[in-house]
Amino acid sequence: MTKVSLTVNGEPVRAEVEPRTSLADFLRERLRLTGTHLGCEHGVCGACTLSIDGVPMRSCIVYAVSCEGAEVTTIEGFDDDAVMASLREAFTENHGLQCGYCTPGMLVTARDIVTRLPDADERRVRLELAGNLCRCTGYVGIVRAILAVLDRRRAGG
Amino acid sequence: MKPAEFDHARAGGVGDALARLASAEGFAKPLAGGMSLGPMMNLRLAQPDLVVEIRGIAALRRVEDRGSHLLVGAGVTHSAIEDGEIPDVTNGMMAFVAGGIAYRAVRNRGTIGGSIAHADPAADWPTALLSLGAEVAIAGPGGERTTPLADFQRGAFTVALAADEIVTGLSIPKLSAAARWGYYKICRKPGEFADSIGAVVLDPDRVLCRVVLGATDGAPLQVPALAGRVLAAGAGGVSIAEARRVLADQGASFDEYKTQIHAVALSRAIEGAFAR
Repeated sequence: MTKVSLTVNGEPVRAEVEPRTSLADFLRERLRLTGTHLGCEHGVCGACTLSIDGVPMRSCIVYAVSCEGAEVTTIEGFDDDAVMASLREAFTENHGLQCGYCTPGMLVTARDIVTRLPDADERRVRLELAGNLCRCTGYVGIVRAILAVLDRRRAGG
Repeated sequence: MKPAEFDHARAGGVGDALARLASAEGFAKPLAGGMSLGPMMNLRLAQPDLVVEIRGIAALRRVEDRGSHLLVGAGVTHSAIEDGEIPDVTNGMMAFVAGGIAYRAVRNRGTIGGSIAHADPAADWPTALLSLGAEVAIAGPGGERTTPLADFQRGAFTVALAADEIVTGLSIPKLSAAARWGYYKICRKPGEFADSIGAVVLDPDRVLCRVVLGATDGAPLQVPALAGRVLAAGAGGVSIAEARRVLADQGASFDEYKTQIHAVALSRAIEGAFAR
Protein backbone atom coordinates (compact mmCIF):
# COMPACT_ATOMS: atom_id res chain seq x y z
CA MET A 1 0.00 0.00 0.00
CA THR A 2 1.18 3.50 -0.82
CA LYS A 3 0.18 6.75 0.82
CA VAL A 4 -1.29 9.49 -1.29
CA SER A 5 -2.77 12.87 -0.46
CA LEU A 6 -4.78 14.88 -2.94
CA THR A 7 -7.74 17.23 -3.15
CA VAL A 8 -11.04 15.91 -4.44
CA ASN A 9 -13.80 18.43 -5.15
CA GLY A 10 -12.11 20.90 -2.85
CA GLU A 11 -11.76 18.50 0.09
CA PRO A 12 -8.35 17.18 1.19
CA VAL A 13 -8.14 13.39 0.99
CA ARG A 14 -5.44 11.16 2.50
CA ALA A 15 -5.46 7.47 1.79
CA GLU A 16 -3.42 4.31 1.48
CA VAL A 17 -3.98 2.63 -1.85
CA GLU A 18 -2.68 -0.28 -3.85
CA PRO A 19 -0.48 1.20 -6.60
CA ARG A 20 -2.54 -0.55 -9.28
CA THR A 21 -5.77 1.20 -8.24
CA SER A 22 -6.87 3.61 -10.96
CA LEU A 23 -7.99 7.07 -9.95
CA ALA A 24 -11.47 6.19 -11.24
CA ASP A 25 -11.71 3.06 -9.06
CA PHE A 26 -10.38 5.00 -6.08
CA LEU A 27 -13.05 7.69 -6.51
CA ARG A 28 -15.86 5.22 -7.06
CA GLU A 29 -14.98 2.46 -4.59
CA ARG A 30 -13.34 4.38 -1.77
CA LEU A 31 -14.91 7.84 -1.94
CA ARG A 32 -18.26 6.64 -3.34
CA LEU A 33 -18.14 9.31 -6.03
CA THR A 34 -19.89 7.18 -8.60
CA GLY A 35 -20.51 9.98 -11.07
CA THR A 36 -17.23 9.02 -12.74
CA HIS A 37 -18.03 6.15 -15.07
CA LEU A 38 -15.72 3.44 -16.42
CA GLY A 39 -16.18 2.10 -19.92
CA CYS A 40 -13.19 0.73 -21.79
CA GLU A 41 -10.55 1.12 -19.06
CA HIS A 42 -7.82 1.81 -21.59
CA GLY A 43 -8.26 5.47 -22.41
CA VAL A 44 -10.39 5.21 -25.55
CA CYS A 45 -14.07 5.72 -24.66
CA GLY A 46 -13.83 8.89 -22.54
CA ALA A 47 -16.50 7.95 -19.98
CA CYS A 48 -14.05 8.42 -17.09
CA THR A 49 -12.88 11.89 -18.18
CA LEU A 50 -12.62 14.29 -15.25
CA SER A 51 -10.59 17.34 -14.33
CA ILE A 52 -7.09 17.06 -12.84
CA ASP A 53 -5.38 20.34 -11.98
CA GLY A 54 -7.93 22.19 -14.09
CA VAL A 55 -7.69 20.20 -17.32
CA PRO A 56 -9.51 17.10 -18.57
CA MET A 57 -7.76 13.77 -18.19
CA ARG A 58 -8.62 10.06 -18.28
CA SER A 59 -9.06 8.66 -14.78
CA CYS A 60 -8.95 5.01 -15.91
CA ILE A 61 -5.31 5.19 -17.00
CA VAL A 62 -4.13 7.49 -14.23
CA TYR A 63 -3.28 5.63 -11.03
CA ALA A 64 -4.44 7.10 -7.72
CA VAL A 65 -0.83 6.99 -6.45
CA SER A 66 0.16 9.23 -9.36
CA CYS A 67 -2.13 11.98 -8.04
CA GLU A 68 -0.02 13.12 -5.09
CA GLY A 69 -0.84 16.80 -4.57
CA ALA A 70 -3.30 16.87 -7.48
CA GLU A 71 -6.58 18.76 -7.49
CA VAL A 72 -9.24 16.44 -8.84
CA THR A 73 -12.72 17.61 -9.78
CA THR A 74 -15.30 14.96 -10.59
CA ILE A 75 -18.70 15.62 -12.12
CA GLU A 76 -20.07 15.94 -8.56
CA GLY A 77 -17.65 18.81 -7.97
CA PHE A 78 -19.15 20.84 -10.79
CA ASP A 79 -22.57 21.15 -9.14
CA ASP A 80 -22.14 24.89 -8.52
CA ASP A 81 -20.12 25.66 -11.66
CA ALA A 82 -21.92 28.18 -13.88
CA VAL A 83 -20.51 26.84 -17.17
CA MET A 84 -21.48 23.30 -16.23
CA ALA A 85 -24.96 24.47 -15.24
CA SER A 86 -25.52 25.96 -18.67
CA LEU A 87 -24.17 22.79 -20.32
CA ARG A 88 -26.46 20.55 -18.23
CA GLU A 89 -29.42 22.69 -19.22
CA ALA A 90 -28.43 22.60 -22.91
CA PHE A 91 -27.93 18.82 -22.81
CA THR A 92 -31.48 18.49 -21.44
CA GLU A 93 -32.99 20.88 -23.99
CA ASN A 94 -31.21 19.29 -26.95
CA HIS A 95 -31.59 15.63 -25.98
CA GLY A 96 -27.85 15.33 -25.42
CA LEU A 97 -28.21 12.10 -23.50
CA GLN A 98 -30.31 8.98 -23.26
CA CYS A 99 -28.81 6.35 -20.95
CA GLY A 100 -26.41 8.85 -19.39
CA TYR A 101 -23.38 6.58 -19.22
CA CYS A 102 -21.11 8.82 -21.30
CA THR A 103 -22.58 12.05 -19.91
CA PRO A 104 -20.15 12.87 -17.05
CA GLY A 105 -17.19 12.53 -19.44
CA MET A 106 -19.08 14.36 -22.18
CA LEU A 107 -19.81 17.28 -19.86
CA VAL A 108 -16.19 17.59 -18.72
CA THR A 109 -15.01 17.54 -22.36
CA ALA A 110 -17.78 19.96 -23.35
CA ARG A 111 -16.72 22.35 -20.59
CA ASP A 112 -13.15 22.23 -21.92
CA ILE A 113 -14.39 22.97 -25.44
CA VAL A 114 -16.51 25.99 -24.54
CA THR A 115 -13.87 27.52 -22.24
CA ARG A 116 -10.72 26.75 -24.30
CA LEU A 117 -12.15 27.16 -27.80
CA PRO A 118 -14.69 30.01 -27.68
CA ASP A 119 -14.71 30.30 -31.49
CA ALA A 120 -15.26 26.59 -32.18
CA ASP A 121 -17.65 25.74 -35.02
CA GLU A 122 -19.54 22.47 -35.49
CA ARG A 123 -16.61 20.79 -37.26
CA ARG A 124 -14.24 21.65 -34.43
CA VAL A 125 -16.73 20.56 -31.77
CA ARG A 126 -17.10 17.19 -33.48
CA LEU A 127 -13.32 16.82 -33.76
CA GLU A 128 -12.84 17.62 -30.07
CA LEU A 129 -15.54 15.09 -29.17
CA ALA A 130 -13.72 12.27 -31.01
CA GLY A 131 -12.42 10.96 -27.69
CA ASN A 132 -15.83 10.56 -26.05
CA LEU A 133 -18.03 7.75 -27.30
CA CYS A 134 -21.83 7.79 -27.05
CA ARG A 135 -23.85 4.74 -28.05
CA CYS A 136 -27.32 6.33 -27.77
CA THR A 137 -27.62 9.76 -29.27
CA GLY A 138 -25.71 9.68 -32.54
CA TYR A 139 -23.99 12.81 -31.20
CA VAL A 140 -26.40 15.24 -32.90
CA GLY A 141 -28.00 16.38 -29.64
CA ILE A 142 -24.64 16.60 -27.86
CA VAL A 143 -23.09 18.72 -30.63
CA ARG A 144 -26.19 20.95 -30.70
CA ALA A 145 -26.05 21.42 -26.93
CA ILE A 146 -22.39 22.44 -26.97
CA LEU A 147 -22.95 24.80 -29.91
CA ALA A 148 -25.90 26.37 -28.06
CA VAL A 149 -23.70 27.12 -25.04
CA LEU A 150 -20.93 28.47 -27.29
CA ASP A 151 -23.46 30.76 -28.98
CA ARG A 152 -24.82 31.93 -25.65
CA ARG A 153 -21.32 32.69 -24.34
CA ARG A 154 -20.38 34.53 -27.53
CA ALA A 155 -23.53 36.62 -27.17
CA GLY A 156 -22.36 37.49 -23.66
CA GLY A 157 -25.04 35.49 -21.86
CA MET B 1 -8.94 -4.74 -17.44
CA LYS B 2 -7.10 -4.02 -14.21
CA PRO B 3 -3.30 -4.05 -14.10
CA ALA B 4 -1.32 -6.77 -12.40
CA GLU B 5 0.15 -5.85 -9.03
CA PHE B 6 3.19 -3.61 -9.03
CA ASP B 7 5.24 -1.57 -6.60
CA HIS B 8 5.36 2.19 -6.98
CA ALA B 9 8.10 4.71 -6.22
CA ARG B 10 7.99 8.46 -6.67
CA ALA B 11 11.32 9.75 -7.96
CA GLY B 12 12.41 13.07 -6.47
CA GLY B 13 14.78 13.85 -9.32
CA VAL B 14 16.59 12.32 -12.28
CA GLY B 15 19.36 10.91 -10.05
CA ASP B 16 16.81 9.36 -7.71
CA ALA B 17 14.91 7.85 -10.65
CA LEU B 18 18.12 6.31 -12.03
CA ALA B 19 19.07 4.90 -8.63
CA ARG B 20 15.65 3.33 -8.21
CA LEU B 21 15.75 1.80 -11.68
CA ALA B 22 19.29 0.48 -11.13
CA SER B 23 18.49 -1.14 -7.77
CA ALA B 24 15.13 -2.57 -8.85
CA GLU B 25 14.55 -6.28 -8.59
CA GLY B 26 12.77 -7.61 -11.64
CA PHE B 27 11.24 -5.49 -14.39
CA ALA B 28 11.14 -1.76 -13.64
CA LYS B 29 9.58 0.91 -15.84
CA PRO B 30 9.69 4.69 -15.62
CA LEU B 31 6.20 6.23 -15.80
CA ALA B 32 5.72 9.78 -17.07
CA GLY B 33 2.20 10.58 -18.31
CA GLY B 34 1.32 6.91 -18.52
CA MET B 35 -0.97 7.46 -21.50
CA SER B 36 0.60 4.51 -23.37
CA LEU B 37 2.02 2.45 -20.51
CA GLY B 38 -1.23 2.79 -18.52
CA PRO B 39 -3.42 1.15 -21.18
CA MET B 40 -0.79 -1.56 -21.75
CA MET B 41 -0.70 -2.29 -18.02
CA ASN B 42 -4.49 -2.31 -17.80
CA LEU B 43 -4.55 -4.79 -20.67
CA ARG B 44 -1.73 -6.70 -18.92
CA LEU B 45 0.43 -6.49 -22.02
CA ALA B 46 2.96 -4.84 -19.71
CA GLN B 47 3.44 -6.19 -16.18
CA PRO B 48 6.26 -4.28 -14.53
CA ASP B 49 7.27 -5.25 -10.99
CA LEU B 50 8.13 -1.66 -10.19
CA VAL B 51 6.88 1.62 -11.62
CA VAL B 52 9.13 4.62 -11.04
CA GLU B 53 7.06 7.78 -11.29
CA ILE B 54 9.03 10.54 -13.07
CA ARG B 55 6.12 12.87 -13.86
CA GLY B 56 6.86 15.21 -10.97
CA ILE B 57 10.48 15.87 -11.94
CA ALA B 58 10.72 19.56 -12.87
CA ALA B 59 14.10 19.12 -14.61
CA LEU B 60 12.38 16.96 -17.23
CA ARG B 61 10.06 19.81 -18.20
CA ARG B 62 12.79 22.30 -19.08
CA VAL B 63 12.99 23.85 -22.52
CA GLU B 64 16.33 25.35 -23.57
CA ASP B 65 17.46 27.28 -26.62
CA ARG B 66 20.83 25.85 -27.62
CA GLY B 67 21.54 27.99 -30.67
CA SER B 68 21.04 25.64 -33.60
CA HIS B 69 18.76 23.36 -31.55
CA LEU B 70 15.90 23.54 -29.10
CA LEU B 71 16.07 21.09 -26.22
CA VAL B 72 12.57 20.00 -25.23
CA GLY B 73 12.38 18.22 -21.89
CA ALA B 74 11.05 14.68 -22.02
CA GLY B 75 8.25 15.60 -19.62
CA VAL B 76 6.74 18.33 -21.80
CA THR B 77 3.15 17.37 -22.64
CA HIS B 78 1.62 17.16 -26.10
CA SER B 79 -0.94 19.84 -25.18
CA ALA B 80 1.83 22.27 -24.13
CA ILE B 81 3.37 21.85 -27.59
CA GLU B 82 -0.07 22.07 -29.25
CA ASP B 83 -0.77 25.35 -27.42
CA GLY B 84 2.57 26.92 -28.40
CA GLU B 85 3.96 26.98 -24.86
CA ILE B 86 7.40 26.12 -26.23
CA PRO B 87 9.22 28.21 -28.87
CA ASP B 88 8.31 27.28 -32.42
CA VAL B 89 11.51 26.20 -34.20
CA THR B 90 9.83 23.97 -36.80
CA ASN B 91 7.61 26.47 -38.61
CA GLY B 92 4.56 25.09 -36.85
CA MET B 93 5.17 21.40 -37.52
CA MET B 94 5.47 20.26 -33.91
CA ALA B 95 2.33 22.13 -32.81
CA PHE B 96 0.43 20.60 -35.73
CA VAL B 97 1.62 17.08 -34.94
CA ALA B 98 0.94 17.49 -31.20
CA GLY B 99 -2.63 18.65 -31.87
CA GLY B 100 -3.37 15.43 -33.75
CA ILE B 101 -2.24 13.03 -31.02
CA ALA B 102 -5.09 11.02 -29.49
CA TYR B 103 -7.51 13.29 -27.61
CA ARG B 104 -7.11 16.46 -25.56
CA ALA B 105 -7.62 14.55 -22.29
CA VAL B 106 -4.68 12.33 -23.30
CA ARG B 107 -2.54 15.18 -24.65
CA ASN B 108 -2.90 16.97 -21.30
CA ARG B 109 -0.91 14.23 -19.59
CA GLY B 110 1.05 12.32 -22.25
CA THR B 111 4.65 13.43 -22.83
CA ILE B 112 6.95 13.72 -25.82
CA GLY B 113 9.71 11.74 -24.09
CA GLY B 114 7.33 9.01 -23.05
CA SER B 115 6.11 8.62 -26.60
CA ILE B 116 9.68 8.32 -27.90
CA ALA B 117 10.71 5.83 -25.20
CA HIS B 118 7.55 3.77 -25.74
CA ALA B 119 8.11 3.65 -29.54
CA ASP B 120 4.70 2.57 -30.71
CA PRO B 121 5.09 2.45 -34.52
CA ALA B 122 1.64 4.04 -34.97
CA ALA B 123 2.38 6.96 -32.63
CA ASP B 124 3.14 10.42 -34.01
CA TRP B 125 6.41 11.58 -32.45
CA PRO B 126 8.62 8.67 -33.61
CA THR B 127 7.87 9.52 -37.25
CA ALA B 128 7.57 13.31 -36.94
CA LEU B 129 10.77 13.77 -34.93
CA LEU B 130 12.73 11.46 -37.22
CA SER B 131 11.73 13.66 -40.15
CA LEU B 132 13.00 16.66 -38.16
CA GLY B 133 16.34 14.94 -37.49
CA ALA B 134 15.93 15.04 -33.70
CA GLU B 135 18.39 13.63 -31.20
CA VAL B 136 17.53 11.91 -27.94
CA ALA B 137 19.09 13.03 -24.65
CA ILE B 138 19.48 10.14 -22.23
CA ALA B 139 20.62 9.93 -18.62
CA GLY B 140 22.06 6.76 -17.12
CA PRO B 141 24.43 5.58 -14.42
CA GLY B 142 27.40 6.60 -16.58
CA GLY B 143 26.15 10.17 -17.08
CA GLU B 144 24.39 11.77 -20.01
CA ARG B 145 24.56 10.83 -23.66
CA THR B 146 22.92 11.96 -26.86
CA THR B 147 22.02 9.73 -29.75
CA PRO B 148 20.35 10.40 -33.11
CA LEU B 149 16.72 9.29 -33.09
CA ALA B 150 17.49 7.22 -36.21
CA ASP B 151 19.86 5.05 -34.13
CA PHE B 152 17.63 5.07 -31.05
CA GLN B 153 14.58 3.60 -32.79
CA ARG B 154 15.31 -0.08 -33.33
CA GLY B 155 11.88 -1.55 -34.03
CA ALA B 156 8.30 -1.73 -32.81
CA PHE B 157 8.35 -0.85 -29.08
CA THR B 158 12.12 -1.33 -29.18
CA VAL B 159 14.64 1.43 -28.51
CA ALA B 160 18.31 1.67 -27.62
CA LEU B 161 17.65 2.47 -23.97
CA ALA B 162 19.04 0.37 -21.12
CA ALA B 163 16.80 -0.64 -18.23
CA ASP B 164 18.64 1.79 -15.94
CA GLU B 165 18.44 4.79 -18.28
CA ILE B 166 15.73 7.36 -18.93
CA VAL B 167 15.05 9.74 -21.80
CA THR B 168 15.53 13.29 -20.50
CA GLY B 169 14.82 15.32 -23.62
CA LEU B 170 14.63 15.72 -27.36
CA SER B 171 17.00 18.00 -29.21
CA ILE B 172 15.21 19.53 -32.19
CA PRO B 173 17.26 21.18 -34.98
CA LYS B 174 15.80 24.58 -35.86
CA LEU B 175 14.37 24.84 -39.36
CA SER B 176 15.23 27.84 -41.49
CA ALA B 177 12.46 30.32 -42.33
CA ALA B 178 12.17 28.90 -45.87
CA ALA B 179 11.74 25.32 -44.69
CA ARG B 180 8.55 23.46 -45.53
CA TRP B 181 6.97 20.42 -44.00
CA GLY B 182 4.11 18.06 -44.64
CA TYR B 183 2.46 15.56 -42.33
CA TYR B 184 -0.36 13.27 -43.34
CA LYS B 185 -1.93 10.66 -41.12
CA ILE B 186 -4.45 8.04 -42.16
CA CYS B 187 -6.76 7.09 -39.28
CA ARG B 188 -10.13 5.38 -39.11
CA LYS B 189 -11.25 8.13 -36.72
CA PRO B 190 -9.55 11.28 -35.42
CA GLY B 191 -7.37 10.42 -32.46
CA GLU B 192 -7.06 6.71 -33.21
CA PHE B 193 -3.62 5.24 -33.74
CA ALA B 194 -2.63 5.77 -37.35
CA ASP B 195 -2.83 3.18 -40.13
CA SER B 196 -0.17 5.13 -41.97
CA ILE B 197 1.82 8.34 -41.49
CA GLY B 198 3.75 10.29 -44.09
CA ALA B 199 6.14 13.01 -42.93
CA VAL B 200 8.35 15.28 -45.01
CA VAL B 201 10.69 18.10 -44.03
CA LEU B 202 12.31 20.16 -46.76
CA ASP B 203 14.85 22.83 -45.86
CA PRO B 204 16.31 24.20 -49.11
CA ASP B 205 18.67 26.59 -47.26
CA ARG B 206 20.39 23.60 -45.70
CA VAL B 207 19.97 21.40 -48.84
CA LEU B 208 18.13 18.97 -46.66
CA CYS B 209 15.11 16.79 -47.18
CA ARG B 210 13.80 13.89 -45.15
CA VAL B 211 10.82 11.72 -46.02
CA VAL B 212 9.65 9.28 -43.36
CA LEU B 213 6.96 6.59 -43.36
CA GLY B 214 5.33 5.70 -40.04
CA ALA B 215 2.83 3.16 -38.73
CA THR B 216 4.80 0.34 -40.33
CA ASP B 217 5.50 -2.98 -38.56
CA GLY B 218 8.74 -1.61 -37.19
CA ALA B 219 10.61 1.60 -36.57
CA PRO B 220 9.72 4.55 -38.84
CA LEU B 221 11.20 4.10 -42.28
CA GLN B 222 13.27 6.77 -44.01
CA VAL B 223 12.58 6.94 -47.75
CA PRO B 224 15.73 8.58 -49.14
CA ALA B 225 14.79 8.12 -52.81
CA LEU B 226 11.65 10.22 -52.32
CA ALA B 227 13.61 12.80 -50.31
CA GLY B 228 16.08 13.12 -53.19
CA ARG B 229 13.25 13.57 -55.66
CA VAL B 230 11.56 16.26 -53.55
CA LEU B 231 14.83 18.11 -53.08
CA ALA B 232 15.61 18.00 -56.81
CA ALA B 233 12.16 18.59 -58.27
CA GLY B 234 10.69 21.05 -55.72
CA ALA B 235 6.98 21.65 -55.97
CA GLY B 236 6.14 18.84 -58.41
CA GLY B 237 4.81 16.48 -55.81
CA VAL B 238 5.09 12.73 -55.97
CA SER B 239 2.27 10.61 -57.39
CA ILE B 240 0.90 7.62 -55.50
CA ALA B 241 2.20 5.30 -58.24
CA GLU B 242 5.65 6.81 -57.91
CA ALA B 243 5.60 6.41 -54.13
CA ARG B 244 4.61 2.76 -54.57
CA ARG B 245 7.50 2.21 -56.98
CA VAL B 246 10.00 3.78 -54.61
CA LEU B 247 8.78 1.65 -51.69
CA ALA B 248 9.11 -1.48 -53.85
CA ASP B 249 12.60 -0.46 -55.02
CA GLN B 250 13.57 0.06 -51.39
CA GLY B 251 12.62 -3.56 -50.69
CA ALA B 252 9.62 -2.76 -48.48
CA SER B 253 7.37 -5.80 -48.18
CA PHE B 254 3.94 -4.52 -47.25
CA ASP B 255 0.77 -6.26 -48.38
CA GLU B 256 -1.30 -4.64 -51.12
CA TYR B 257 -3.54 -2.63 -48.77
CA LYS B 258 -0.66 -1.34 -46.65
CA THR B 259 1.41 -0.51 -49.74
CA GLN B 260 -1.44 1.60 -51.08
CA ILE B 261 -2.20 3.54 -47.88
CA HIS B 262 1.51 4.11 -47.22
CA ALA B 263 1.96 5.46 -50.75
CA VAL B 264 -1.09 7.69 -50.31
CA ALA B 265 0.18 9.03 -46.96
CA LEU B 266 3.60 9.80 -48.44
CA SER B 267 2.19 11.41 -51.56
CA ARG B 268 -0.23 13.61 -49.56
CA ALA B 269 2.45 14.59 -47.04
CA ILE B 270 4.66 15.79 -49.88
CA GLU B 271 1.73 17.57 -51.51
CA GLY B 272 1.01 19.24 -48.16
CA ALA B 273 4.58 20.48 -47.85
CA PHE B 274 4.16 22.49 -51.02
CA ALA B 275 0.58 23.58 -50.38
CA ARG B 276 1.41 25.17 -47.03
